[in-house]
This record gives sequence, C-alpha cells and structure tokens, in this order.
Amino acid sequence: MTSPEVVRPFPDSEEMEVSFGPQHPATHGVLRVMVKLDGERIIDAKPIIGYLHRGTEKIFETETYNGTIPHTDRMDYTAAATNNQGLVGAVEKLMGVTVPPRAAYIRMLLAELQRLSSHIIWLGTHALDIGAQSPFFYTFQEREIILDLYEEYCGARLTLNCMRVGGQPFDLPEGWTGRCKAFVDQLPARIAEWERLLTNNRIWKKRTVDVGVISAKDAIEWGLTGPPLRGSGVKWDIRKVFPYDHYNEVEFEIPIGANGDTYDRYLVRVEEMRQSVRIVQQCLAKLPDGPVMAKVPKVIKPPKGEIYFSVEGPKGELGYYIVSDGGTKPYRMHVRPACFINLQALPEMVRGLLVADLIAVIGTLDIVLGEIDR
Amino acid sequence: MGEQDKVAPQEQAAPKQPWEEKPVPPELKDAREHPLAKEIAAILPDAVLEAFELAGQVTVTVPRERIVEVGRACKDRLDYKFLVDLTAVDWKERPEGRFDVVYWMHRFTDSARLRLKIKVADGVEVPSVTGVWKVANWMEREVFDMFGIYFADHPNLERILTWEGFNGHPLRKDFPIQGIDTGAAVYPDVYPPGGGPVAGEGGES
Repeated sequence: MTSPEVVRPFPDSEEMEVSFGPQHPATHGVLRVMVKLDGERIIDAKPIIGYLHRGTEKIFETETYNGTIPHTDRMDYTAAATNNQGLVGAVEKLMGVTVPPRAAYIRMLLAELQRLSSHIIWLGTHALDIGAQSPFFYTFQEREIILDLYEEYCGARLTLNCMRVGGQPFDLPEGWTGRCKAFVDQLPARIAEWERLLTNNRIWKKRTVDVGVISAKDAIEWGLTGPPLRGSGVKWDIRKVFPYDHYNEVEFEIPIGANGDTYDRYLVRVEEMRQSVRIVQQCLAKLPDGPVMAKVPKVIKPPKGEIYFSVEGPKGELGYYIVSDGGTKPYRMHVRPACFINLQALPEMVRGLLVADLIAVIGTLDIVLGEIDR
Repeated sequence: MGEQDKVAPQEQAAPKQPWEEKPVPPELKDAREHPLAKEIAAILPDAVLEAFELAGQVTVTVPRERIVEVGRACKDRLDYKFLVDLTAVDWKERPEGRFDVVYWMHRFTDSARLRLKIKVADGVEVPSVTGVWKVANWMEREVFDMFGIYFADHPNLERILTWEGFNGHPLRKDFPIQGIDTGAAVYPDVYPPGGGPVAGEGGES
C-alpha cells in the first residue's frame, strides 16, 4: 500500500491540496473532500462522492411498487420512516388513493419520531465532531427508546419498511401509545439538558457562531432545503406549504434562524425537536379509530403518468418523481435527495475558513452518504 | 342469522368513506388554458409546445434549444427562484427523441410549482441551465453520468456517482441490471508489492 501523501501543486508557496477522507470519522460516511489549503486556510474544497453508489434508482425499475419500499430505507438510513412516507405518498397520489385517517396519523407519529431520532443522531455526532464528547452519550440514550418503539411496531430498528401503498401494514400494538406518550412527555426536559451543555457553552459558540454562513438568497440559489434553509431565515417547510397526511390538523411552528451560520442551524434543529414533540403529543391525543388500510388492489398498478411528491424529511425536502407506464413496476423512479443538493453548497460555505471549521460545516449540513450516493 | 340480515342493509345505506371505495386515479388534462401555462405563453410566444396537467401538476414541453431562455424568463420574470429537481427519463424506442429532461421549479410567492420538459435525441447536446440556477450543476452532472446526456456550457461536466473512466450510463434502459464488465478487478490476482498473504501458505482456508 502506498502511504497517503500530500500533493503540492505549488511547491514554492504554502498552498497544498489534501484529500480529506474518504475514510475519516468526521465525514459521516465515505465522503471525500479535496481541500486546497494555504496553511490552515481553505482556498477551495471539492466534494467527491459516489463511493456508496448502489444503483438504487435502477433497482427501483425492477421491483414492484411495494417492493421498492425496503430500498428506500437504505438511502437515508437514519430516517427510514420519512423515506417510506415520501414513496408511498407519491404512489398514492398517482393512484388517487385516500388513506384512512388512523393510518395517516400513525404515519405522522412514525415520521415525527424519526425526525427526533435523526436530529438526536445529528446533535450527538455534530457535538462529537466539534469536540464535545458528553452530549453523544446523553442523546443516544433517548434514541434507543425511539428505536425500541419502532422495534415494537414493525420489528426493525433502522430499516423500518413500515408503510405500504394505501395505508399501514399493521395497527399499533397494545400499550404502544402509552409508552410513546411517556417518552415524548419527558423528552423536553432532556432537550433542555442537552441545551444546557451546549447553547451557552463558550467553546461551542466559538466553534459555531459565524462559521459556514450562507445568506438566504444564496441558500435558495444553491437549492438548500430543510434546516440549512431555515437557518438562513427562510420560513419554508413542506409540512406547511404542501401539507400531506394530516399535518394541516396539528399545530406547530417553523423555527427560523437569522444569520445562517452553524450556530443558528443548531438552534433551528433543537427547536424542531421540540415542535416534533408537540406534533407527536397532538397525534396521540387525536389518534382516530378505524381501519389502517384503504381498499387498494392486491397488485399495485398506477395509471400512465408522472408525479412528483415530496415530504419534509429531517434533512430537507425529500421528493419522489415517478413515471408510470401503466405496469406493475415503475418505469422510472427518481429521488430528489435533500443531502445531495445540500452538500453541493459545501465549497461555498467553507471558502476562507479553517480546516477545523470544515468539520463543523459538514456536521451542520447533516449529510448521510447513503442518500447522496443512492 | 336473522339479526345479520337486518343489519346488512343499514350498513350498505351508510355513505362509504373515500378509503373504502376503489381509488379513482387523477385524469390527464390538456393544460394550455391553465394559468401557469398561460403565464409562460404570454411572455414567450411559441415556446409552449404542449401542456398537460395531472393531479394539479402542470407539465409544459418547450423546445430544447430555448431551454436556457425559458429558464431565465421563468426565474427573472415569473419568479421561479428555486429549481427543485432536474432529472431525465429514457424512452428508448420513441421516434421524436429518446430522452425527456425534466425541470421542476418552485416559486415562493404563491407556492406554485411548474414542470418544464424537453425532448432530446441520443447524442444531442442540451444547453446547460447552470447559468440560471446554480443548483443545477450537480443535478446535470448526475443526468450526464446516468444517461449520457451532454450539457453544453456546463462548467464541470464530469461523472459524479460512478467513477471517471466508467464505461456506460446505468439508467439507460439498455444497460443491464446485472451490470457490465468494467475491466476493473474486484479481487486482483496480483497484490501490490509488500502486502497481502501469498496463496497456498496457510492463512484463511
């Protein structure tokens, strides 16, 4: 094996090009960034992706519609429920299926718990990257309970495969709502605990305030969605703009930041966790009775046509574009991956910063390489 | 039995909920008169070749050569500041051009979304819209990588998900799902000097 070496295109100056990754614990997967440095300063950064490419979109074309659902679990593996939700929502829209209210509420419950769990992972690992080790241990305790709730519902902890075209495969198990309520009721106190560790921490603020700033105009130009867009002060959330399931029946706020820096994105995500707790509590209180599966044919066969449907995933707008030729398999199914498009703005955000800030910005974008490479 | 007979007609009389009935798929409608399509036709006459609407989503087909002009007009004059998605579809046997390139735009003022579509023959270049929306950069690279559609005036048209030197475009319909022989050795016979066990000298199996 050759040892990793630093390429120096300009040997006389201080400029050098360093390959950051693809195997580095702070890259959250197999991301490689070619960083051009002048001493510690980043002159330019070029993300290189594709190490985890599995041809998911090609595989979609060989599966039946319900058969594609497990493949979506493996894209953003920290947020399988919202991936499922986007896919089944798209197929249902193309077929004109109305989901029974109980199924829609169960979907919202699962999706919001997923948002909590995804943000919890993000908070733990982001803090760990920046050097605060203790939040990681506190946050993962709570995530464990969410995974237990999932396990009880569908048997899986990460790759959930927990939704079907037309509704939900199972009803909630007995006592699940009680355990879920007990969990979310104590969560705000835990979130406050995590915030006590970080929000006013002087080191945390030094590492995040004014780091990776992106203005609202640039954020829109670069197509950012989710917390990176809201951190720049754009009040935009698919759950409010194009409400799916029954999001129009629950009350929640969209938190926004002011400066578009890493610290604001941190505050936005923490507040989003509180809002998710609110949504889960309302869903549990309103959970209607009734069937969980609509009357859909055994063989899912949407009519000819094309549809785009998106949900607000924990990372941003997750969209599915489906082209059907009237058969049992999708003719083309494209995913609009939120992380892929958010990562594209990385060079824009890190130019002129220090190498250590690159870690903070990669963390704040909350990328999952499984979704970027698909 | 008698009681069941009595109950059954009552249940039938109750109005059925939408999820208990057979789903009614949305209809494909001509959308030339749709306000979103008319807006484009008003500022760019002759640009709208076809317009369809399905489930409230309007698709406007425009000429390939004018996509940058249409995109620029949509962004500057119709306020579609946000390009949500850009992808392609392969219709292998279609006579009027093998590929569809699809642009999905959003505007924040009234949350309207509009889909632009162009038809492209194999080997024909598409003008790049990276000058209009910066976000199109990686999206066009992905389409190039997966479909082999070339984008003219793209700042950096390289493969993005597969590696440089990969032969073929995976999402084309004639690309086999099993994959192709790329010539790259998965388990090379010759190990790099200085590393790896020598065959037949112990070790695993």
